Amino acid sequence: MGSTSGHSNGGLGRRDLIKRSAALGLVTIPTMSFLSACASGDGGAGGSKVEKGKVTKANPLGVNETAALEVVIFDGGFGQQYAIDAEKKYNAAFPKAPKVEHKATQKIQSELQPRFNGGTPPDLIDNSGAEQMDMGVLVGKKQLADLTPLLDAPSVDDPNKKVRDTLRPGIVEMGQFDGAPVWILYYAYTVYGVWYSQTALDRLDAQYPETWDEMLALCEKAKKQGIAGWTYAGKHPYYLPFSLYPFIAKIGGREVLDSIDNLEPNAWKHPAVKAAFEAYYELYKKGYVLKGTPGLDHIQSQTAWTKGKALFIPNGSWVENEAASTMPKDFNLAVSAPSGLDASDKMPFGTLWASGGEPFIVPAKAKNVEGGMEQLRIMLGEESSKNFTKQVKSLTAFNGGTDGIALTPGLKSGVAALEKAGGNVVNPRLQDWYVKLQKEQIGVAGLGEMMAGRLTPAEAVSKIQGFADRAAQDSSVKKYKHQ
Amino acid sequence: MQHGKYRFIVGFLAAPLALYALFVLWPFVQSIYYSFTDWTGLSPDFSMVGFDNYARLWGDDVFWKSLRHSLLFALLLPVVTIGLALFFAFMINVGGRHRRGAAVSGVRGSSFYKIAYFFPQVLSIAIVALLFQFAYNPESGAINSGLKAIGLGDVQPLWLGDPDLALWCVMAVLVWSTVGFFVVLFSAGMASIPKDFYEAALLDGASRITTFFRITLPLLWDTIQSGWVYMGILALGAESFAVVQIMTTGPGGPDYSTTVMVLYVYQSAFRDGAAAYATTIGVALLVVTLAFAAVVMKLGRRERLEY
Repeated sequence: MGSTSGHSNGGLGRRDLIKRSAALGLVTIPTMSFLSACASGDGGAGGSKVEKGKVTKANPLGVNETAALEVVIFDGGFGQQYAIDAEKKYNAAFPKAPKVEHKATQKIQSELQPRFNGGTPPDLIDNSGAEQMDMGVLVGKKQLADLTPLLDAPSVDDPNKKVRDTLRPGIVEMGQFDGAPVWILYYAYTVYGVWYSQTALDRLDAQYPETWDEMLALCEKAKKQGIAGWTYAGKHPYYLPFSLYPFIAKIGGREVLDSIDNLEPNAWKHPAVKAAFEAYYELYKKGYVLKGTPGLDHIQSQTAWTKGKALFIPNGSWVENEAASTMPKDFNLAVSAPSGLDASDKMPFGTLWASGGEPFIVPAKAKNVEGGMEQLRIMLGEESSKNFTKQVKSLTAFNGGTDGIALTPGLKSGVAALEKAGGNVVNPRLQDWYVKLQKEQIGVAGLGEMMAGRLTPAEAVSKIQGFADRAAQDSSVKKYKHQ
Repeated sequence: MQHGKYRFIVGFLAAPLALYALFVLWPFVQSIYYSFTDWTGLSPDFSMVGFDNYARLWGDDVFWKSLRHSLLFALLLPVVTIGLALFFAFMINVGGRHRRGAAVSGVRGSSFYKIAYFFPQVLSIAIVALLFQFAYNPESGAINSGLKAIGLGDVQPLWLGDPDLALWCVMAVLVWSTVGFFVVLFSAGMASIPKDFYEAALLDGASRITTFFRITLPLLWDTIQSGWVYMGILALGAESFAVVQIMTTGPGGPDYSTTVMVLYVYQSAFRDGAAAYATTIGVALLVVTLAFAAVVMKLGRRERLEY
């Protein structure tokens, strides 16, 4: 706490100081231009696209055979090996091109946002995970390439079949936002629903309940043995819709979900929504939900469930991979479409939510747009698709491709549920059209509060309707409609 | 030797000032500029929209909630943390029973306590948040299991899952992880207070409490004030973001009960694709932070004591 002496810097000469500050100044100037470039780069700089190659039978998209290709994969639950394998095929198909530049990351947005901003994005991106870039914004700002040429190209396996015709139902529509262009190709195919252990049901001497009365009866039976009926990701209550939305569709028909997606006024006030909410609320009221559930995150609730503390959990087909480490060997994982309410339901039992996952995009400003699409075309071939299913226990957008693979119990059950659903597959779009509305407002602030017993179903409905109305009026949110 | 003095000073200061302007001031100017645009952060083109973002901010419930939580963080956390740290530091350094030959000393084992308090400081805040997330797990976490073990099986709060508790749970973790730093800081401050002051007080028969308020606190005032500003800014910024983002993934807790301003900035920029709106919230955060620092400096001003 003394004072610093004014005469103590004798070791450093004035001349040195000036020299050093000059040197610093030299460093500063280039930094300045660097900084101003990264704050908001000018779009013109990165637009140097490679020339298109010649269209031949083997090269229907006209890929430039000598151009480089850069692929960025989300390194999440599905890993990256499947993409590396598919890239090897690209290398084989275009031996004159440099080896595919492969990158994998979990931080899609933080790594790629500056590159979009600077106009130099990679050629193919798996835009997935917690740091997914908002697809509505990307489309609205014309940052994505239209994938229609890819869909109209012949498939890798059969030159007489278009890629479009080899895909599972709903995949093409999911990639559209409004109008014809297809901006996104969802590569994985996810089955959502009520997941359970067949072994646990066998122990209770029970079948999967098809109506809500049966569901309640089964939960009562389980409760007597100290097992909860349900658990869910309490801190991420937007997992609840995985079984709740198809339940609503089953009760009131798929138009109810469509009007919800279209943000129509009073869409949530449909009696089917209220009936479904009340049914779920009853689970809470009667104490069939595992105690403490609202404080559990997705991993914790899945662990409680694999330990046998609860029978059912709303989830997606990735759970088989994600919960593999805590799942007992004899768990016998199975998925079912949600139980219905009663016999007056509009849709039959089996009505299921299944849709694409792992959204792949080709940026409009990518250098090698054709290459990015070609890589996707290869991935959508039967061989690559099978490879994916084998490696990560999930279906792909490619319709089929499961013959001859030993399916895991969950996957097998998912395929069976899809077969049972047939045409009754619903595909609510809130979660890719209006991320904030779906996750934070409907999920956490609405359904989460209701299932924790802090809102009644009626209150939840009107609160959620309020959120939806506000989103509908918000001019900064781009709106989409079911075609 | 006054000749060329100003040129020397200018030459000496130019480079650091330029660096400061470039890396500190310029980003501020830029963010303020972007808050008047409709920049998404995902594409380089944007246009000026005037005060639209500010109008939206004004009508945004979540923003007001986050502001309230941030203010609560900035006001309450320093009080609790610094209060606790002062108490601990006093006990460690001055509060002990008087032993022969020493005018002031800490309680027995004080050097051990110092290490124990400081220990959380060496853990990354991310690890601390993760550890407490497990502890708060209502189904099998340490806290509820502990309650069960002592016969309070009926008291099983949801902790982070309860909108009334979540914010307090998060704050408790921050107190736990930062109090040690201030204990050490204040200990260092107390160690530099001359021992004769305490001896004189002792001879006059002053109690521990009197000693604390009449000697320790006034002589430590500068350190406390800096600590206060530092803690407040920490609570407004990085630390509160980390704990809220990691622990109350939801995100922002049940029904926005733990959303803080920094988290809202992050979500707007990196989830909602609304970078311009995020910078608008950032500007609001800047105002709050500056106001906080100004208030603390103003209220805390008092005569400097020399010793």
